Amino acid sequence: MIKNSDFKICFSVMTVLTFLVGLFQSWGIALSMLNLCLISAVMAMGVNIQWGFAGLINFGVMGFLAIGGLATVLISVPPVPEAWSAGGIGILVSGLFLLAVVFSVLIINKKLPNYKYKNYFIFFIIILSIPLLKFIAGPSISKIESINAATSGFLGGANLPIIFSWFVGAVLCALVAFVVGKVCLGLRSDYLAISTLLVSGIIITIVKHEEWLSRGVKNVIGLKRPVPYEVDLQNSEWFIKLVEFLNSSKLSNVLDFDDRASLLNQLVISSSGVFVKLCFSLIFLAVVLIILYFSEKALNSPWGRMMRAIRDNEEAAKAMGKNVVKQHLFIFMLGSAIIGFAGAMLVTYDGLFTPSSYQPLRYTFLIWVMVLLGGTGNNYGAILGGFVVWFIWIQSAPFALLVINIFTSHLDETNYIKEHLLNSVPYFRYLMMGLGLLLVMRYRPKGLLPEKIIKN
Amino acid sequence: MDFLNSIILLTNFIIVPGITYGSQLALGAIGVTLIYGVLRFANFAYGDLMAFGTMIVILVTWFLQSKGITFGLLPTALLALPVGILLTIVVSLFFDKAVFEYYRNKKSDPVTFIVVSLGIMFVLNAVVRIIIGPNDINFMDGHKFIMKAREFKQMTGLNEGLALKSTQVITLITTIITCSILFYFLNKTKTGKSMRAYSNNEDLALLSGIDPKKIVLLTWIIVSILATIAGTLYGLDKSFKPFTYFNNLLPIFAATIVGGIGNPLGAFYGGFLIAFSEIGLTYAYKKFFKYIMPEGLEPSTLIQFISTDYKFAISFAILIVVLIFRPNGIFKGKVI
Repeated sequence: MIKNSDFKICFSVMTVLTFLVGLFQSWGIALSMLNLCLISAVMAMGVNIQWGFAGLINFGVMGFLAIGGLATVLISVPPVPEAWSAGGIGILVSGLFLLAVVFSVLIINKKLPNYKYKNYFIFFIIILSIPLLKFIAGPSISKIESINAATSGFLGGANLPIIFSWFVGAVLCALVAFVVGKVCLGLRSDYLAISTLLVSGIIITIVKHEEWLSRGVKNVIGLKRPVPYEVDLQNSEWFIKLVEFLNSSKLSNVLDFDDRASLLNQLVISSSGVFVKLCFSLIFLAVVLIILYFSEKALNSPWGRMMRAIRDNEEAAKAMGKNVVKQHLFIFMLGSAIIGFAGAMLVTYDGLFTPSSYQPLRYTFLIWVMVLLGGTGNNYGAILGGFVVWFIWIQSAPFALLVINIFTSHLDETNYIKEHLLNSVPYFRYLMMGLGLLLVMRYRPKGLLPEKIIKN
Repeated sequence: MDFLNSIILLTNFIIVPGITYGSQLALGAIGVTLIYGVLRFANFAYGDLMAFGTMIVILVTWFLQSKGITFGLLPTALLALPVGILLTIVVSLFFDKAVFEYYRNKKSDPVTFIVVSLGIMFVLNAVVRIIIGPNDINFMDGHKFIMKAREFKQMTGLNEGLALKSTQVITLITTIITCSILFYFLNKTKTGKSMRAYSNNEDLALLSGIDPKKIVLLTWIIVSILATIAGTLYGLDKSFKPFTYFNNLLPIFAATIVGGIGNPLGAFYGGFLIAFSEIGLTYAYKKFFKYIMPEGLEPSTLIQFISTDYKFAISFAILIVVLIFRPNGIFKGKVI
């Protein structure tokens, strides 16, 4: 793996970008950029497994990210006992009802394979179950949502360590992907793109409006962390000693005792933030490397060869006796699970879950730009794409500011056009993304790091 | 038992808004379906093309208003519409020349087209936000109401009012005119027939001496006209916000596929189907049943199939149901 030139390109670009930002802006910014780059790299690898390995076009990334985010809430937040006693039974009963509906649909599907009106029958059951479900769950939902509406108003979670939720998010996503895949995967590529986009819209609507589950638009803040808090660090003996040791040359230049103490205090405060981000970076880097390792293994295994064969010629693979439908479903679940994992990571890093922030442009199409720009079918390409695209996404606003200032330097400060342009600086990132995508698709259609053709 | 009131109630809250929203979706869906039929890809940049056209219309409207020119009782935006259409055509043709033509000549697969349309979507998104900003803009002027609910009540003496906004009537009339011209063009004129022939079978159309460049040019022109009109009507009726236009792409896609992708008449019906189910399934029928049920049997709940939060989700669910039962759409697609 280390000998691979793609590996070197990928990680040297990442190091250089981080160091450049660290030197020219600040280490805090550099590390938070690095962390989001790493999370983006995981998302891009998830999409790459579906699109690059198997040729499945999944525009539902946003939905799976939101499910991963929901998992952090369901796992790490302490439960709300009042809400459980008020409406827990109602929710459990409606959950059982939902299960019954699902099972009856499955049984009908299995027992009546050739019945002419089977599909209409299933459709009828589902349509009927929605108002019934609302009737059963409605009173408990309104009870739960009325308890401490300003601070809780939801059932809460399981109060487990948040790292655990990353795996739960992945499993939840795989389950949802199973259902979505069963329904949509038979469709042609462009229909699949549209229907997955719409499914992710449905998922976001549910997460946004089922307040008893996720607090919806009221957001969940103050989630747990897998790393220490800044405040705890600032009060711990070893951390202060560490900062003192690292900055001993800087500190020894200051002679006055009081000045030295206040400088040390400042350094402790600023480096506690950096330290926390560094801890996150190490965890995320480990995740990226582990997923990369397994992904590369899988790509080079007989299974990976079969996936590429299915992607390149479905008919031929079918003729060779490969179960295309099953493999498609499996890889769709696998990729979605990785996306869900990344979604949980993202929410953990942000420390808050805001369902209304999930928008297709940022959470679906940007990830797709990463994969397409980096190189489809190449894991390193996906990681590189995650880095480069996120770097451009973050840095295009300062860059646009610079360009505008150069071109309008002859204009007056209060000039209308200049003011207007300066106000719209944040939107230049969309322009950069669009132009970048169009240029790459035209001149390097296989991405920056194209797929390696493995000759056996 | 009060049938008259119940009918007025439904007309006010379901039929009139449904027809308006349906017309807007139908115009958009016909555009998407034409691109799909002739150019053979799903254009994700369509919502932003609508936003671009509307933005031009708004800018021209502001210019006209600053010069003191208005359209009397009608909104000034209707005067600005031709300029908006013209510039949208220019932009569409520019993107076609700069981007799509290359892939068309290479005969790329539909997914590549979708991806480059994503690129154009990003670019148009940025252009619209940079020029006019991301905020809500209300550019409706002229006479707001044709009939207010209170006036209707006084006029007829009924309990329920029927409000009729002028934008709703304008939307309906514009849609009828646009669609009649479009369907006349597609079904009766030689150019329209050649367009349908090209969509049906490219090779045979080429053999019959149909110039593909002309067909593509014509398609982009028609599509830009439809996008600008649909966008402006939506903006007049509600308000203009770039993000909403991007979101409207999803019900438009739903309408297109439900009606059978590549089939303009299907897209037309699909738009109305989506609009009416969105509005009809999220409306609380409590009051309606209060009027038609005998006394003492009034319902205590809202009688609402699903809450209004799930308005968009309904169109998506309809689409998925249609994809499972009739993948080619309710009205067989593929041919325009």
